[in-house]
Amino acid sequence: MSTLRVVAPGFLTTVQDLGRPGHAAAGVSASGAADPLALQIGNRLVGNSVGAAGLEMTMIGGAFRFESGGVFAVAGSDTGAQLGERDVAPWRPYTVRAGETLVCGALRGGARAYVCVRGGVSVPLFFGSASTHLLTGLGGFEGRALRADDRLRLGAPGSGEAFDRAVDPTGIPGYRPGEPFRATEGPQASWFQPAARAAFYDTPWRVAEACDRMGIRLSGRQVPLVEPRELATEGVLLGSIQVPPGGLPIVLFVEHQTTGGYPKIASVIAADLSRLGGVRPRDTIRFEAISLSAARELLRAQVEAVDALFS
Amino acid sequence: MPRLVHASDRALLVVFDDAITAAAAKDVRALYEWIASDPPAAVVDLHPAYATLLIRYDPMRCDPDALAREVERRAGSLSHRPLRDGRLFEIPVQYGGIHGPDIAEVARATGLSEAAVVAAHTAAHYDVCFVGFSPGFPYLAGLPERLHTPRREAPRPQVPAGSVAIAGRQAGIYPVRSPGGWNVIGRTDFSLFDPSRANPARLTAGDRVRFLVAGTRS
Repeated sequence: MSTLRVVAPGFLTTVQDLGRPGHAAAGVSASGAADPLALQIGNRLVGNSVGAAGLEMTMIGGAFRFESGGVFAVAGSDTGAQLGERDVAPWRPYTVRAGETLVCGALRGGARAYVCVRGGVSVPLFFGSASTHLLTGLGGFEGRALRADDRLRLGAPGSGEAFDRAVDPTGIPGYRPGEPFRATEGPQASWFQPAARAAFYDTPWRVAEACDRMGIRLSGRQVPLVEPRELATEGVLLGSIQVPPGGLPIVLFVEHQTTGGYPKIASVIAADLSRLGGVRPRDTIRFEAISLSAARELLRAQVEAVDALFS
Repeated sequence: MPRLVHASDRALLVVFDDAITAAAAKDVRALYEWIASDPPAAVVDLHPAYATLLIRYDPMRCDPDALAREVERRAGSLSHRPLRDGRLFEIPVQYGGIHGPDIAEVARATGLSEAAVVAAHTAAHYDVCFVGFSPGFPYLAGLPERLHTPRREAPRPQVPAGSVAIAGRQAGIYPVRSPGGWNVIGRTDFSLFDPSRANPARLTAGDRVRFLVAGTRS
């Protein structure tokens, strides 16, 4: 059986796939890759189905020894990776021999990069998904971040062929670095002062140090309510932007709780969610209001652009 | 009539009431059970809560306006839908001490003795309104008014699994370790979330709960 040995785990490396939607009524959020577009493209590069499990690296990459030969790709941020003497660029498949070690360094672009291996990483599934939920210690590899000397089993390769060249997804809609995050009105948008709603979209928001898979905390200005009001706890979504009583927004991220009691001013659109995975502490980000129909158009354009990379 | 809100470009929020009412809770359950057992195409997740149901869908696989019309039709014709029968769970709790670090604060805030806090908490009958927040966490209605206590000023970064807690008019149990801002008054060994089971969450909306002092009943 093929295995991948963790030589060095990097800063925070977990097993992730596209998550486990469908269990919010049991209090289980979908979790999954912070940058699902990168994981999907990485999987397509190595000939996996788009939802195969890979390794999600955060800020600083890890080193992984292939105990048998195979095909891998690094997707997402450039990690300055090396395979022996060879430089490894992101977004292209590489063939690796048994005994070789992939060494990834500090991430040079966004906060996340993925190692996708042909056959995928194999761990016991929880609610049908290999995704690690760090907060509760469920799913993934023993419910935790990887450590040195962990041995990951690799799945049997499917019938898909590895792609024959590199791709460049940095120009596709919703995935262009530095663009504002497009958002639609949140369910309690009218609870906020009109001037505060306008300012929300004008403000360059600073990403706080407390920025993890659960939420992305922002600072820059306060977003006051028209009047103090209690919200009965209700369902919340990935990308919901909630504003607790202190007035500083939090973007709910992949390990968000399933329900919450803070008003939500806006929701990041589906096409821009993958780019949230690239956000780092101390980054400056902006939001831009768009309509529901424009949001859906962008998602359609994104799906077509991803397919076009592989045509 | 319930109100439908496009909560995002991939979710509808059905609002039965802005307040927490028994009637709205019943409507949420009825619509949740209907959609869960017979989901319209492209529905990917359902988040029931006190008075709302959040419906997440795949916008690439449906016409959101058509989905909204179907949800509106169902939400407007719930009155004849039978609800699943709830079960009664009796949950043993070790109150106070290291298991309930906030019981002294609850006693202080309510003007009750710790023993009276325990007596009030165990005397009440609770209904599971919904499961949310973290895996298996039941939101319980039925906390006696004299136990209503503000939540902690600073949430704890980690509350142990099994913690029995109250906040405002709400009662709950933390099934898995998680951050939390509720007042922890005790701990139970009763397993509320078991990932090895097909339905890992033991309690679901409509179930009833009573708390017992651990060791007082065999």
